[in-house]
Amino acid sequence: MSDAHSTYFIPEPSRWPIVGTLALFVSFVGGAIMLNGSGFGTFILGLGVAAIIYMFSGWFADVIAESIAGKYNQQVDVSFRWGMSWFIFSEVMFFAAFFGALYYARQFSVPWLGGEGAKLLTHELLWPEFFADWPLMVIPDLEAFASSLYHEVIPAWGIPAINTAILLSSGLTVTFAHWSLKKNNRKGLCWWLFATVLLGFIFVFLQAGEYIHSYHELNVKFDSGIYGSTFFILTGFHGFHVTMGATMLMVILARSIKGHFSEHNHFAFEGVAWYWHFVDVVWLGLFIFVYWF
Amino acid sequence: MSEAVIHEEHHDDHDHKPTGIGRWLFSTNHKDIGTMYLVFALVMFFIGGAMALVIRAELFQPGLQYVDPVFFNSMTTVHALVMIFGVVMPAGVGLANWLIPMMIGSPDMALPRLNNMSFWILPFAFALLLSTMFMEGGAPNGGWTMYPPLTLQLGNAFPFLIFAVHFLGISSIMGAINIIATVFNMRAPGMTFMRLPLFVWTWIITAFLLIASLPVLAGAVTMMLTDKFFGTSFFSAAGGGDPVMFQHVFWFFGHPEVYILILPAFGIVSQIIPTFARKPLFGYESMVYATASIAFLSFFVWAHHMFTVGMPLAGELFFMYATMSIAVPTGVKIFNWVATMWRGSMTFETPMLFSLAFVILFSIGGFSGLMLGITPADFQYHDTYFVVAHFHYVLVTGAVFALFAGTYYWLPKWTGHMYDETLGKWHFWLSTISVNVLFFPQHFLGLAGMPRRIPDYSVQFADFNMISSIGGFAFGFSQLLFLYVVIKCVRGGSKVSDQVWEGAHGLEWTLPSPPPFHSFTTPPQVTDATAHS
Ligand code: HEM
Ligand SMILES: [Cu+2]
Repeated sequence: MSDAHSTYFIPEPSRWPIVGTLALFVSFVGGAIMLNGSGFGTFILGLGVAAIIYMFSGWFADVIAESIAGKYNQQVDVSFRWGMSWFIFSEVMFFAAFFGALYYARQFSVPWLGGEGAKLLTHELLWPEFFADWPLMVIPDLEAFASSLYHEVIPAWGIPAINTAILLSSGLTVTFAHWSLKKNNRKGLCWWLFATVLLGFIFVFLQAGEYIHSYHELNVKFDSGIYGSTFFILTGFHGFHVTMGATMLMVILARSIKGHFSEHNHFAFEGVAWYWHFVDVVWLGLFIFVYWF
Repeated sequence: MSEAVIHEEHHDDHDHKPTGIGRWLFSTNHKDIGTMYLVFALVMFFIGGAMALVIRAELFQPGLQYVDPVFFNSMTTVHALVMIFGVVMPAGVGLANWLIPMMIGSPDMALPRLNNMSFWILPFAFALLLSTMFMEGGAPNGGWTMYPPLTLQLGNAFPFLIFAVHFLGISSIMGAINIIATVFNMRAPGMTFMRLPLFVWTWIITAFLLIASLPVLAGAVTMMLTDKFFGTSFFSAAGGGDPVMFQHVFWFFGHPEVYILILPAFGIVSQIIPTFARKPLFGYESMVYATASIAFLSFFVWAHHMFTVGMPLAGELFFMYATMSIAVPTGVKIFNWVATMWRGSMTFETPMLFSLAFVILFSIGGFSGLMLGITPADFQYHDTYFVVAHFHYVLVTGAVFALFAGTYYWLPKWTGHMYDETLGKWHFWLSTISVNVLFFPQHFLGLAGMPRRIPDYSVQFADFNMISSIGGFAFGFSQLLFLYVVIKCVRGGSKVSDQVWEGAHGLEWTLPSPPPFHSFTTPPQVTDATAHS
């Protein structure tokens, strides 16, 4: 302990945080204008997103340079670890909101609309024809939403099961990469990381195929009732996180190729690996509650 | 630029501050960032206060007098958002920034760059929110709780409201992560968890609440956004969803949020009362456990905001009992504060006066909360001025009074000058009397059935409303005195010692007043004797 305390690391004043703030602000303003129906907003949003990417690369370049210059001690490493762990926890809670919505829809709102329990009158008065079912093939008010009749939903034991296998194996490959790193085997590290990134992108690719299939053939869409809404918001945010995770893994791969990590000093690797496992676990939840049951 | 790593050997020459506007824009210093947070909160306090005065002016008499009803509704909505997200939360984080490194014996926060971003997001997020006042369709006016379908009917302001909430959430989560990392990882040798000052404890727990609840709010408003623009039906029964679902998700965030607002206040008061009673805090450990239990329970009581909305009976009962059970740990805290004062040699400087008022008036708010928590009673009280009275007792005479107390208490440490005690006492008495004139009659109005968030009312409510408005204006203008006292103290005043207050204990009082730019560059050794408790 006393070792960690004999020197402290405090970063110099940095312009990245304010650049990041402005970038987010521009993106939000652009996004809002775009949603309000002006194409000009899309342009501003594009600028904002470009600025966000610029901020991330600049900020992380600084951090990597500091790390390589040996400015970080054990204490900084631990601070980063706490930071990353709690960030992942916040992400877990973000997904929890959508899982909660799924649970509520399946357990309460749909059965109630079908007249379950004390809600008989709701059913009789609003949409007496409505039949509660899950997956919800026919929504209560067919006129309210653009596309409302599904033919079929995506079965669990097709591509989703394959995708489960892919993500689970990517969890293994990233662990093998970690073992190689700990044994100072750089070649192993790079190849296993490469395999992980590859599996990640295959996952995204297959998922995109599923989306196209549901939009064009199954008629299950984001705006086709509560089944489509919960399905796409959960899998969509998950897919976005996989993409981010795979991108971060690519950065780690590039750094590994450059020889950045040592067996004792590789927080960045571990942070990204944690994130990858988190994405994996969320997928399991999705597979079980969205596709399977 | 030699000081990226601060070595013990040359800690004498490290106190060079960056200069110019860059000092603030690019800051990685916990004191500068803390100051910015506090100044921001003070500015927003006056903006939100002005909106409150618009509300009270309109309600001075029955009938529509000054503003149109839609604007009135915008005022109640934006007033609440400003006060919660722009005043109480930033002021709490500002205090955490200033104090936690000094209290745990570290040079700064664990993640200083992240810290900078958490602050700078705030002015921009509020630029998003407040810009809606000038948009077609007006500012958000469906209440700060943003219930659909009403809020979905908002005009151009809608996506700005949603993104402002996202932006504020990002700021709070980053701030909370930083606080946890700092306390877990930057404590001086010997500063064990059970030696942490209570303010630090309340902040760890608050930070946990923030990280657990704000992402859920982000999820809720994201679903609103897709309902509005992408045709989803989360909150529309026609597609199989339910507007009530929003309320569940919102209040899963919302109730922990009220503890996010009040726990740091508990921490502040727990620092101040021992100092002026000249006795250690009574029941330190039970204070820690009570705070943790309150936080834990706060995740299981959300539906007490929804008793009248339609829930299965089992739900009504569960949430009633769960709500009442929070009164137990809250009671532990109140009794501990009282026991700390018991037979103490008390003096009544301004921070202590505000803390005493806090204990008494917060308890009134707690009691009205208990009344509201009784399901059958809440059927009568819900959406009346009784609720308004309840949350203003816990938030104004609770959270805001504690923030006043904390400001008076630590201002001499921060500036090196004593504030004007006479004016401080004036501020206290004016505020305390006027705030009760403002909010106490609202209990009666609510019990008699006056609904909240309506610009007009039946004539039988006229007298109490007039009294309340008079109190409101008196309270509002009394705060200008606070502004004056703070500015005066920052600009000069009699020099104070390191310890400032005769009865003060804890590491922050061992540093010079004002403290050096980086608090502790050499970690102090903490023992039972030097620990605060
Ligand atoms: C003893 C503890 C407490 C209990 C039992 C309690 C109970 C309640 C209940 C049942 C309601 C809903 C009333 C209704 O809408 O009909 C309510 C509203 C509210 N409470 Fe509390 N409360 C407590 C403490 C607090 C604290 C500490 C705060 C904040 C610092 C707070 C802030 C609020 C707010 C802001 C509302 C109104 C929300 C809205 O509808 O806009 N409460 N409280
Ligand atoms: Cu509550």
